[in-house]
Order: sequence, then C-alpha cells, then structure tokens
Amino acid sequence: MPGVPLQHFLVVGLALFALGLYTVLTRRNAIGILMGIELLLNAANVNYVAFARYSGTPTDGQIFAIFVIMLAAAEAAVGLAIVLGIYQNFESIDVDATHALRH
Amino acid sequence: MFYAFAAFTVLCAAGVAFSGNIVYSAFALLGMLFGVAALYVFLAADFVAGAQFLIYIGGVLVLILFAVMLTHRIADVAVSNRSVGRFPAFALVAATAVIMARAIFKTRWPVVDTLPDTPTTHAIGNGFLGPYVLPFELASFVLLAVLVGAIVVSRKELRS
Repeated sequence: MPGVPLQHFLVVGLALFALGLYTVLTRRNAIGILMGIELLLNAANVNYVAFARYSGTPTDGQIFAIFVIMLAAAEAAVGLAIVLGIYQNFESIDVDATHALRH
Repeated sequence: MFYAFAAFTVLCAAGVAFSGNIVYSAFALLGMLFGVAALYVFLAADFVAGAQFLIYIGGVLVLILFAVMLTHRIADVAVSNRSVGRFPAFALVAATAVIMARAIFKTRWPVVDTLPDTPTTHAIGNGFLGPYVLPFELASFVLLAVLVGAIVVSRKELRS
C-alpha cells in the first residue's frame, strides 16, 4: 500500500496491544481475559505482516503470522475448555473465585 | 481508506476493553477481527487475511460466543479487577504505550521500496513445505494435542 508509511501500521499495532493489555489487567471475567489475549496476538500479527511488507521479503513474516493465528486458535480452544471446567466446578468464571485447584 | 479501517479496528478494540457487558465485548471483538483482516488486505497479505477470516472469525470467535452463552450469569461478574485496579492498570498501559510510541517514531526503520502486489499463496506454500516444514509438522502435532486436551479438560468427570 503505497502512501501509508510503516509507522502508521505500527501505531495501529501499538493501540491494539495497549487495549489488549488493559483488558487482560482489568477483567475479572476469565473469558474477558481470553479476549484480551486475542487482542494482544492480533497486535503482534499486524506488526509481523507490516514489517514483512516493508522489508522486501514478505513471505517469512506472513508465515509467522499464520503460525500465530494457528496457535491462537489452539490457545482459545484449550483456554475456553478450562474456563468451562472452572465454571462447572465453581459455578463462576470470576478469576478471583478460583483460589483452589480442586473443589 | 486505510485510516477509516484503522480507526474502526481501534474503536472496536476499545469496545472490547471498556465495554461493561461481556456479550458486547464479544461482538466488538468480531469487528476488531474484521478490521485486522482489512489491514492485512492493505498490506497485500491475501492468504493471511483469508486465514484470519476462516480461523479467527469462523473458529475462535464462534468458540468465544459459545462460551459466553454457555456460562449464564456471565454479566454478573464485575468488570474491574480487585487485585489490579483500574488506575494502576491504566498507568502501566500508558507508560508502555509511551515507551513503544517513542521507539516507533525515533527508530529509522530500514524500509525497502515495496514490491508490486502479487499473490502470496505460492510463496507461502513453498515456505511451509521448504524451510518451515519442521514447524509446520509440529503445528499439526500441537493441534492434535489441543483437540485431545480440550476434550479431556472440558468433559464432565465421571464421579463414582
């Protein structure tokens, strides 16, 4: 995309990262924390693809972005399975309520 | 055009971060993922944009919506975190953002003049079966482990 400098993509990535970090830090809802992690991973991905685009060899960064997307899907699957397990045991997904490994 | 999509993405991300209702957060996450896919299109990454649509929006988001709907009383959980209050979190995030913004604008990035926009699938396929074949195979193994692990974790235990 000629005309848009690299820094502007990086700023978008920075904004996504900051909002994701804020989400992870302030949520008590376990699913909300997982959403924040998705934001963080997307911020990293935007930076990967942007750097790859402006470095002249776009393939490597895009392959890394695909690996990140794949691992994000895996992380979401396992994370949500754990959240549902916690919900069955504790009747709550407030992360403060999960103070014991078994109930 | 790019700035419209960028603003849309950041606004939806802010919706995820600041919305009081987790269901609204989930739908804001949908908008954010669409916006990021659009940014990939602006970066001439067609395959990554497609993967974003299929995996994130078709897979991860549906999974999150399932979890949101399956856990009732989900809106009852207070938004703010007790151990990390809003103000310390905001201060930490602001400090991080300032440092990273300084790094972004002070560094002279060695930008190469961009190539013409060509389809990327051929090169990505060659990369996956060439130099990246070991991570590719490991990824399939990780996905198998995730499938089994998620089933084991989430099924109801048989209590005797």
